[in-house]
Amino acid sequence: MTALLEVRDFSVAFGASQPVKGVSFTANPGEMLAIVGESGSGKSLTALGLIGLLPRHAKTGGEIRFEGRNLLAQSERDWRRIRGRDIGMIFQEPMTSLNPVLTVGEQIIEVLRIHERLDRKQARQRAVDLLELVNIPEARKRVDDYPHQLSGGMRQRVMIAIGVACNPKLLIADEATTALDVTIQAQILQLLDNLRRDLNMAVILITHDLGIVAQWADRVMVMYAGRKVEEGLPEPVFTDPYHPYTRGLLGASPRAESGHHYRDGPLIEIPGSIVSATGEKGCAFRPRCPSAQASCGFAVPALRQIAEDRLAACPFTPTRFVSQIHDASLRS
Amino acid sequence: MTLTQSSIARSPRLGALQSDEVEAATPEQSKDWPFLHAPDALTQSSAAVTKAGLRRELRIFLTNPNAIIGLTFLVTVVVLALAAPYLFPGDPLEMVARPFLWPGQNPDYPLGTDSMGRDVLAGIVHGARISLTVGIAATLIGLTIGILVGAIAGYFGGLVDDVLVKLIEIFQTLPSFVLLVVLVAIAQPNVLTVTCAIGIITWPMVARLTRAEFRAIREKDYVLAARSLGYGHVRIVFREILPNALPPIIVTSSVMVAGAILMEAALSFMGLGDPNRVSWGSMIGAGRDVIRTAWYLTALPGLAIVFTVISLNLISDGLNDALNPRFSEERR
Repeated sequence: MTALLEVRDFSVAFGASQPVKGVSFTANPGEMLAIVGESGSGKSLTALGLIGLLPRHAKTGGEIRFEGRNLLAQSERDWRRIRGRDIGMIFQEPMTSLNPVLTVGEQIIEVLRIHERLDRKQARQRAVDLLELVNIPEARKRVDDYPHQLSGGMRQRVMIAIGVACNPKLLIADEATTALDVTIQAQILQLLDNLRRDLNMAVILITHDLGIVAQWADRVMVMYAGRKVEEGLPEPVFTDPYHPYTRGLLGASPRAESGHHYRDGPLIEIPGSIVSATGEKGCAFRPRCPSAQASCGFAVPALRQIAEDRLAACPFTPTRFVSQIHDASLRS
Repeated sequence: MTLTQSSIARSPRLGALQSDEVEAATPEQSKDWPFLHAPDALTQSSAAVTKAGLRRELRIFLTNPNAIIGLTFLVTVVVLALAAPYLFPGDPLEMVARPFLWPGQNPDYPLGTDSMGRDVLAGIVHGARISLTVGIAATLIGLTIGILVGAIAGYFGGLVDDVLVKLIEIFQTLPSFVLLVVLVAIAQPNVLTVTCAIGIITWPMVARLTRAEFRAIREKDYVLAARSLGYGHVRIVFREILPNALPPIIVTSSVMVAGAILMEAALSFMGLGDPNRVSWGSMIGAGRDVIRTAWYLTALPGLAIVFTVISLNLISDGLNDALNPRFSEERR
């Protein structure tokens, strides 16, 4: 199976700073790929790069191959034909991502009329169908509602309806559930999961919520300071994290199933912040890494294949696992 | 045992009044659940409003007494202006009676006649046509140029913005009335040139306002979302951003009509109006020479201008209250 999306050594630079430094990954049709990392790790810039909406003064490097075409070498006109039709995107804030002066129906109809050249009546019928597809009750009535008349979860459903209106092959969900409460989050993710199976659409889920990743993603990619530091299937990555950053992320998230809760003992913090990685030679995680060695400062560690379907950018074999970290924190 | 019975049992004194107290005790129960509310009027109305949008704003506008007074007066003036050829057939510049008839002297000419024996009432009614035509047409010209320039500058930013802002500043550094006089003096003064000249000197204000609105709105999430759907610049500017930028522009435009009426009057007063058409400004100008003996000749058309401008300002205030989301929320 050839990959739908193939990103090779993609980088973004603003003048001297380079928030994304050579990221490579692939996404297959119908696959849900999760990109995780803390704020500033470059995940959102990668997403904007995938849809060609980086600020004008951003310099990009590398290659983004979508169905064999290099997207970065395209004209703005060609981009417009791809955005919304082949690649859809859902944003974080459903409250502000819909135009307040247009009804939700008009906003769906508009994208259908541009990309599918439907007439008004057909487009309206499709809009109602799409609202039904994303489980909005009384879609026929809701189609004439303005965004402020809908709740946050409903608006995000509408955003998804707009995003999938033209049957895109790839949907990018940039923190799409972060602004929603937990029950709505689960519904929205369930919806995305159903849609990608029904429409055979690849979904790139950008999030910092590891719980979401563990439950819904087919594959996980951990980003830190603009680089991919670990990639693999969610199950092995979370039970047996290889890179110290992934271990840190896991240690820093409360997990009910392990019986570890922030009431019992402090969650493990990753010391420092991502800013401390700027200007650092070698591994960007070195200043914050509990098991850093002198050799970490010499060169950026390369991604290594450590198992089938598993990549990590740390030359050392982990000695302590998450469970041990938890035990340590409980003792202290 | 129900709660009402138990509360009565606890206070035997109430036993005699039982039949009355059972009714009174029922609302008492709700105090046990202070955090539970039955749906009140506010939540009900926000849930039931299906077509909020324009209708709500219209309602706020129409419940504002000042706006109603302004609107009533303006509608009267417009109706009189439209009906002028039927109310006062013939040229209002024609001599019809003895000069210097004071108001009330001759019932055929209720507002008297001027130094040439022309009917003052006919002049005011016909003059309303010129004042309103010039006021509205000049505002439309100013709005069209201003919105286009402001939208382009605000939306694209960068070099385009710099150049257009410089252009706006050139117009704003010139004293606008002097520029107006020069423009009209160069071209032959008639209704068309006066209208165009007023339009030309008023557009920079609209352009600045529109530019500021566009600069704020173009950063909104729904504009990014629109770009992610592959919309072109024209569509984003006119369909996504402009409707959201309109409220302050609409408010300004009613003040602009008032300003244009004043400018036209000032030009006519200086003798730079259309010599073949009667207008309020030219009537004041003609009455200036006899202001000591026949002050009504300047006062009456002057009052017409004052009331029209005040009514436009009242309408502007009303529109501001209705269209500005901050104010309209307070008034709700």
